[in-house]
Amino acid sequence: MFKPMLKALLLTGTVLLTSLSSPMVMGKGVFQSGPDFVAEVFEQQGNAKVLWLTNDIRQQTKVILGRPVTGLRIRYHQHGNKTAWILDEIGKEMPITIGVVVEANKIAQVKILAYRESRGGEVRYSAYTRQYLGAALNDRYKLDQSIDGITGATLSVWAVNKVAALALYYHSLTEQTQADQ
Amino acid sequence: MNKKLLALVIGLNLTATAQAETPDLEKMWQIIQQQQAEIAALKGQLQETEIKTEATISAVEQFSVIPASASKTTFGGYGEVHYNNLEKDDSSGTKDAIDFHRFVMFTGHQFTDNIRFFSELEVEHSIAGEGKPGEIELEQAYIEWSASDNLSAKAGLFLVPIGILNETHEPDTFYGIERNNVEKNIIPVTWWEAGAAIKGEISEGFSYDLAAHSGLYIPAGKYKPRDGRQKVGKAKADNGAFTGRLKYTGIPGLELAASVQHQVDITQGEGSEPVDGTLFEAHVAWQSNDFQLRALYAQWDFDNAINAYASTAATDYVPGDEFTLATPASDGKTITGADEQKGFFIEPSYRITDKVGVFARYSEYDNLAGNSADTAVEQIDLGLNYWLHPNVVFKFDYQNQDAPGNTGYDGINVGVGYSF
Repeated sequence: MFKPMLKALLLTGTVLLTSLSSPMVMGKGVFQSGPDFVAEVFEQQGNAKVLWLTNDIRQQTKVILGRPVTGLRIRYHQHGNKTAWILDEIGKEMPITIGVVVEANKIAQVKILAYRESRGGEVRYSAYTRQYLGAALNDRYKLDQSIDGITGATLSVWAVNKVAALALYYHSLTEQTQADQ
Repeated sequence: MNKKLLALVIGLNLTATAQAETPDLEKMWQIIQQQQAEIAALKGQLQETEIKTEATISAVEQFSVIPASASKTTFGGYGEVHYNNLEKDDSSGTKDAIDFHRFVMFTGHQFTDNIRFFSELEVEHSIAGEGKPGEIELEQAYIEWSASDNLSAKAGLFLVPIGILNETHEPDTFYGIERNNVEKNIIPVTWWEAGAAIKGEISEGFSYDLAAHSGLYIPAGKYKPRDGRQKVGKAKADNGAFTGRLKYTGIPGLELAASVQHQVDITQGEGSEPVDGTLFEAHVAWQSNDFQLRALYAQWDFDNAINAYASTAATDYVPGDEFTLATPASDGKTITGADEQKGFFIEPSYRITDKVGVFARYSEYDNLAGNSADTAVEQIDLGLNYWLHPNVVFKFDYQNQDAPGNTGYDGINVGVGYSF
């Protein structure tokens, strides 16, 4: 009676072993380290800088993320009017580490550096992250471009959207700082 | 006279001041030395302060940042309240009810980066117990192990990888108060079984699922898959089932998937002969800007012996666990056509604003599609969702159902749902 079950388990096991031994595209895990990402973005190392999260910034960040921001400061890298940010945001349960490059107040790159959820890994596909190129903030601090989502992984999509918007907002603050100086 | 005196006083003062402000070179050298020493000391203090500040900030950050991203045990849930005001086409019955249809709690735990537990516990229809309308159900409880970046395996009680709603059914993710009839009556959602499964990725956008799990047990006198869900409660495990799915999600906004399931014997050895069954399901979910389209087709092919099995013992017929129209019960009559059961739906929707979306759905299903009689149930739904928050939704829809013998229900449904 359990024969078919056994057969299926054996089949499953075979597929499992085959999968383990063959090189495949990665679904879950750490794809690139933060320093490697920064090194890739800036040909020469960008200046490591710190943005202090003042009360005003915290309030606006809360609007963008829909939750209070944690931490006291954000580290970023800058070269000219180009900044690179590495930010974490939880999709459903686990944090997604996202690298965002902003140039002249527009998104120049979004890259998923680490994905830890068991579903929704499609956000790391370049076909997906390409959608963010050229996006800027609208007056409601949201992306001014429509992003096509992933069925069954809405929370991961929202997380990337929020982080992209947040990086744009942080970037706008760095420009203001430069102007002040 | 006074002017001369004043000039003299000023002159003396200036001389005195000049003498006081101009130390000799040696004195100046000493002052500079002292100042240098003070600057060096201050620099040292500043460095020390910076180190202390850095240490303090790092410590604060460690406590304020880490918990949000590294909490090992997670908690979530969803729920939905439904109000139905429906009337049967032949005016022989009405359905006017308000129901806390589902109250669900998720609990998960991350043992290590690669091993996690996930569970879903549900209270259906608010009150459970002897003679009460509801049930307490364990719908998911499994251990998942990420064997590698592209492969994971799970074991325990899990949702069968078929259809659009079975694995993602939080109320804020779909249109309509009630779940569509096709996935409910043909597949049937929500459908969980116990067993083992693997999920992997073949190339960017292509993924597969394979599962070996417990099977349906359709009691004699019945023939619908929905009546065969054992819900893994001391379930008969004489004959299992296998499910496989291929999914393509390589283009943003698009999901194409096809599943096949084979049931070894849906009588679990109780029929005079085994009745095997194969379910085929395919769907598309496509979202482009504010437009979305969902369409699904599902078909069961059972061994012809299911008709005799369904006709043998005329048990009291209890249609599903919900009110929507069921195809006629066997009640001693000869059942024909249960060997094929199928349905499809198509649902375009449009998001007018961030908060408001409208939809239309046409669905058709038939649990006795193997005969030539008209036993199909058709339904049109029109309605809207209003998202008060991305995870809080109010729903309204109108349904028009056509079923054999004027037994379809028409009317309105109103609901509120949430997930977190």
